[in-house]
This record gives sequence, C-alpha cells and structure tokens, in this order.
Amino acid sequence: MNRTRRTATLAVVLGGALLVSACGGGGFKDESTSTAPASAKGPAALKMLIASSGDAETNAVKAAADAWAKKTGNTVEVTVASDMNQQLAQGFASGSPADVFYMDASRFADNAKNGSLYAYADQVSDNNDFYEPLRKTFIYDGKQYCIPKDFSTLALQINTDSWKKAGLTDADVPTTWDQLEAVSKKLTTKDQVGLGIGVGIDRLGAFIVQNGGWWLNADGTAPTASTPEVTQALEWVQKNVKAGNFKMSNQLDSGWGGEAFGTGKAAMAVEGNWIKGAMKNDYPKVNYKTVELPAGPKGKGTLQFTQCWGVAADSKAQAQAVDLVKSLSTVDQQMKFADAFGVMPSRQSAADQYKSKFPEDAPFIAGGEYGHGPINAAGMEQVVADLNSKLESFGGANIPQVLKNFDTNASAALGK
Amino acid sequence: MSAVDTAAEPGTGRAPRRGRRGKGEGQRQSVAGWLFVTPTLVVLGLFLVIPIVMALWVSFTDWNGRGSPFSSRVNLVGAQNYAALLTEQGLSRQDFMISLRNTFYYVIGVVPLQTLLALTLAIIVNQRFLKGRTFFRTAFYFPSVVSSVAISLVFLFLFTGTGAVNKFLSIFGIDGPTWFSDPRGLIHLVGDWLGLWSSGSPPAALENTQVMSLSLWEWFSGPSVAMSAIMLQVVWTTAGTFMLMFIAGLQDLPTEVEEAAMVDGANKWQRFRAVTLPHLRPTILLVITLGVIGTWQVFDQMYVMTKGGPAKTTLTPAYLSYSAAFTQNQWGQGAAIAFLLFMLIFVLTSIQRYWLRDKDVAAQRKAERAQRRAAKRGVTA
Repeated sequence: MNRTRRTATLAVVLGGALLVSACGGGGFKDESTSTAPASAKGPAALKMLIASSGDAETNAVKAAADAWAKKTGNTVEVTVASDMNQQLAQGFASGSPADVFYMDASRFADNAKNGSLYAYADQVSDNNDFYEPLRKTFIYDGKQYCIPKDFSTLALQINTDSWKKAGLTDADVPTTWDQLEAVSKKLTTKDQVGLGIGVGIDRLGAFIVQNGGWWLNADGTAPTASTPEVTQALEWVQKNVKAGNFKMSNQLDSGWGGEAFGTGKAAMAVEGNWIKGAMKNDYPKVNYKTVELPAGPKGKGTLQFTQCWGVAADSKAQAQAVDLVKSLSTVDQQMKFADAFGVMPSRQSAADQYKSKFPEDAPFIAGGEYGHGPINAAGMEQVVADLNSKLESFGGANIPQVLKNFDTNASAALGK
Repeated sequence: MSAVDTAAEPGTGRAPRRGRRGKGEGQRQSVAGWLFVTPTLVVLGLFLVIPIVMALWVSFTDWNGRGSPFSSRVNLVGAQNYAALLTEQGLSRQDFMISLRNTFYYVIGVVPLQTLLALTLAIIVNQRFLKGRTFFRTAFYFPSVVSSVAISLVFLFLFTGTGAVNKFLSIFGIDGPTWFSDPRGLIHLVGDWLGLWSSGSPPAALENTQVMSLSLWEWFSGPSVAMSAIMLQVVWTTAGTFMLMFIAGLQDLPTEVEEAAMVDGANKWQRFRAVTLPHLRPTILLVITLGVIGTWQVFDQMYVMTKGGPAKTTLTPAYLSYSAAFTQNQWGQGAAIAFLLFMLIFVLTSIQRYWLRDKDVAAQRKAERAQRRAAKRGVTA
C-alpha cells in the first residue's frame, strides 16, 4: 500500500509538472512575428543590457540614455551584464529580453538566425554613413539587422625605448613582412622577444588578410582555409615563432599580447585600441607608439572588431528602442563615448573629428578602410573554438592538417 | 552545484502498519504527514522535477533558445542530439569524448587522493592526546567553507609562470611549467622522461588508431598539467568536508572495542586494519560516492579559471553542456550532454555500491533467501 501510494504521488507530481510546462508556464510565450515596429503606448520603460569595460563606459552610456529618456518622456534602465551571453540567452528564452543591448559580431548570426533580433537598419536614414565592412558584419540572409556601435582594429605597437636601444630609427618602421621580420630580429634580446602575438585567430587572422586569404568565402557559405593564401600566411608566422623573433603570448607567460608588451617581454605587439587603457593604467612607464600593421604580399590588412546596438524581436517598444539607438549613434554622441572610454566612432563622418582629437589613433582609424570583420556565419562558434584550441601551441602546430580539419568541420556546420 | 540532495524523500515517514493501531488514527496521521511535507514537495517540484522534465524534453528537440521550448515552432528531432554526441563523426562527438577523457583522469586522480587525505587528517585530529585539536579541525575544514570561485582566483595567481609555486620549485632547481596554459598530458610527459616515446613524434600505432573521434594517443594522454593544478586545488578544498564525515565515523567507534583489541595484543596497525577500517566502511562508501558524483560534475573551476583550455584539456561534460547551450545555441545538445552525464554517474555509483557492499551481510541475506525458498519447496512438495 505504501508503495502504491508513493507511485501515485509521483505520477501526480510528474503529471502536474508536464501540465505546467505544457501550458508554457508563466515565463514563456509564443512570439508574434511582425516587422513593423511594436510601439508602446504612453511612456515606455526600456531595459538596456550592456557589457561594460568599466565605470567610465557604464556612466557614459547611462548619461546618454538618461538624456534621451528625459527628452522623450520615457525611462531607460541600464543593466551591466556579468555574463553577457548567458544573460542575453535567458532574456530571449523568457520572451521578455532587454529591449536594447550590445550584440557582439561573433554572436550576431546565431541570434539573427533564431529570430531573436529585430531588423531595424532600414529605418536609419543615414545608414550609409557607417563604414561598409562594419555594416556587412551585421548582414544575415541579405538583410542588415542593426547598426554598428563602434569598432576597433589591430595595429602594431612599438616599445620606443627598445627601438632606440636596438639602433633603429623612424625610417625603420616596418611596412612589409620582410621588414617586420628584420626589425623583430634586431629587437630580440635575451629577455625580450621582437614581436609578441596574442593566441588565436583574432590576431593571426590579420596576417591572413594581408596575404589575401580568409577562412570563409565572401558570402560565408563555404570554408576556404586550405588555400595557399591562408596556409602560407600562417606558415610565415610559424617560421618566425620557431626562429624565436616572434612569440605567442602563452609562450611569454602572458594572458594577451598587451601584457607581454607592457611587462617588456615583447618589444612589439599586435593589438587593438583597447591597449591604450591597459598601458595607461597598468604600465604607465612604458614609452610606446602605434603604427599601421605592415602590408603583406597582397597589400594592407587588419582585423576589425565591432558590436552593434541590438534591438529585441520580442521588445514591446521597438519604435522607442530604435529611437534610443538613433540618439546613441549620432556623431556627437559617438564622440562623447570616444572621449569617455576610448572607442572609435563607427561613422565615417566622425573620422576627421576623431583623428584631430586623437592623432595618435590614426593607425587604428585607417584600419576601418581595409580591415576584415570576424567570422559571422551561423553555427560557427564551436568550429572556431576548435580551431583556436588547435592553434594554441602555435610553434608546433601542423598547419595544413589544422586547416584541413577546419574546412571539414566548417562545411558540416555551414551545411546545417 | 550541490553533489547530493539531502532533502527527505516523500514517504519515508512511513504509514503505520495496519492492525497495530486504529485505522482512523493512521489515516489522520498520514494526512498530517503529507501536509507537513507539502512545502518541500512544492519547492522540489518547482525547482527540480519541472526543470528536469523540461530539460529532458529539450534534449529531444531542436529548440534554439528563443521563446518557449513547448511552442509550435519547436520540432521533435528524436534522438538526434544524442546521436551527434555518440554515433556521428563530427566536432560535437569529438568535444564530448575529450571532456569524458579529461574528467575520467580527473576522477581517477581526485577521488582516491581526497579520500586518503581526508581519512589521514581525520585520524590525526581524532587523537585524544593531540593539543589544539579544535584549531586543526577548523584549519583543515576552512578551505571547504570558502567559495570555490575565490579559491580559484588565488590558485590562478599561485600557479602563474612566475608565481609562488614556481618560485618554490626553483629553490630545488626545478623549472616549473606555466601551469594553466600547459596542455601537455602527464602520461605523455612520463613516457618522454622514461624514454618510452617522444611526444613530438608519437608512436604511429597509437596516433593512427581512431576510437570515437580521438586517437589512442590522445586517449592515453593523462590529465594535462593545467588539469593537474586544478586537481590539486580540488583535493585541498574538499578533503576538509570529507574529514568531517570520517571524524563522525571515528567517534562512533566504541572505546571498549578498541580496548578489547588492545587487550588481545593487537598493535596499532592491526587495530587500524581490523577494527577501525571495517567500522568505517559505510563512511568510506559515502565519501567515495559523494566524491565520484561531485568530481564528474566539476564545473566551477573550469568556468572561473580555464574555460576548458588550454587546448580543451580541462573541458568537462558539465562545462561543455553549458557552452553548447549558452555560447553555441545548441540547447538540445547541451541538455543531452547533461542526461548522458547523469546516466554515467548513475551507472558508476551503482557499480561502486556493489563493489563496496558489506559482503558478510550480503552473503547472510542470500543464505536466508535460499533457506526460505527451500522451506517453501518443502511445503509445496
């Protein structure tokens, strides 16, 4: 009797569980797919989720959002995410995500594919003012979804003290691969390597672009890693790593290239404009300058990193959300953000203003013209992670084999 | 990530046997009993049963993380998520197998070490004539109370290339590795050191034989240097908790029994082997069971310290499940990994319970059953 009662109770509990979940519970809802912006009546209460680099960024974004709220009579609540991917995913699953959020380029395609994003770029009248490579990054299935928030590019940092010590002058700043190899050899000493490179394709990819190659074809439908352009670029870097005049950051006991550069373990580094803040705060005594990356056999090339202002497909106040995004991406506002936390404006019309205000950043801005965006096809996250893990011990990696594996895995992922 | 659920199971407050008391009283009591456990049942149902049932459902669908997993747009895909992890050639299976390999070495290393260390510590602080016993008990237990995230961060600093651990090793002329970015496997390293093979050009027989998406060479890598550092940390933090369980077991041991053994002329080691250890059998079973469950589920350390790197050598099924769902949008596969992990733990703990069961009691029960059967046959014949 005891046994049967227990079983009956279990059945009731399980049945209840199924019933509750089958009804969709309280937190879940089926969304309605409409392209016309949902406009909340009366003052809208917008939620905004950002991944902040620090207080400076948080405060600047809050101030800008508050200014818009005051002007339009709405309210905006800005939340700083501690784990952006997870918090976004929770929002999308619950059906009540943040209305406006930072959307990273590498996560964009997956979220566009599953319908979480609202495509509003066609409502922005001066959309063409944003750099073309950046806009391209946020196109999925022929449609641009969102507008780029800001961007950063890779450039070459040079420790000017080491440079002088090695007897080099301004005329020696490398503009080709051969020159880069030559100066890095001169800069290599017992305690310092010529060039320190961060681990993974987010740095190595720049050399591939300079050699005219890329991981995927132009429309992101097929992998192209097993091509001479990609193979030779990586093998050239590997040759220098083996010779000891280049080293990867994990060989230098550093988390990233900037750490190796700041601690003096590397005389040059390939990093983006975020290195400015790190050098100012953590290594203020290091004298350095930034120049454009040297051109490869196929010309200049660098990598661009960007995020866009995402608006949720499930937002109940899309019209207000888009209006907020517009006000956050005016030239004036982008310059305010640049002042506050050192990001580069994604608008071409802001470039001159930015260059005159931050002349030392000209090499980064220049990358806006010839840089390449990240891999942004859907379903590639796992494949890229696998590629990065295989390139971790870069000096000993079997590059043709790694690239062949990437092509196989990427074909499987893109075919889905 | 609690290893066990200590919450009471419904029905353990047994209904009284009929006949002994009045029927009405029994029923009243059982109604009251159910009333008392209702809050627990509701909480367990809401936060345990419903999510588990939902996850099971998700593991059979192609849900992409948007809206309800029970909406009409979500399709049932049968066992496809499980097939991608077990039978289909591809990245998903490769990653899953890597995570199983890593965690296997992790469990093999951590469980015996933490059990032995906990037992040793318990015996030391259980000595009646030790001064400052309370101090040592607190000191040994302390790491278990501190948040694993905080400890992980401290270990990150201790084990950097120029950290305290390597400084200490350099006193003995040992050039320590850059622990958390070193993917080399321990078995590979030992083989190098003994001259059995060279990791640069592994034996072709091992490297060219693929079993479940990994070569034999990769299967037999052993835990990586990075994983070993995590193992050290986990042994250190968990030994305190298990020490507490062993102390409880040791204090249960009647002094008379030990004195009797002394009178019989047993020496210290004999007393330990023949009196203390058999007495501790249930505690050892508990500690090993909790250890196996906890280690297979390891997540915190990987999330805070390594994110599965270097070169995927600290990838574990729990972390893989998290990253499949939250960073790759493959929610079905993430849920499938969780259920495969559950099955694995269930099977392993069952096997281990069978191994460590009290053989005397089991034999006795078997004999009793045989006797009863024989008696029955005698009656019917």
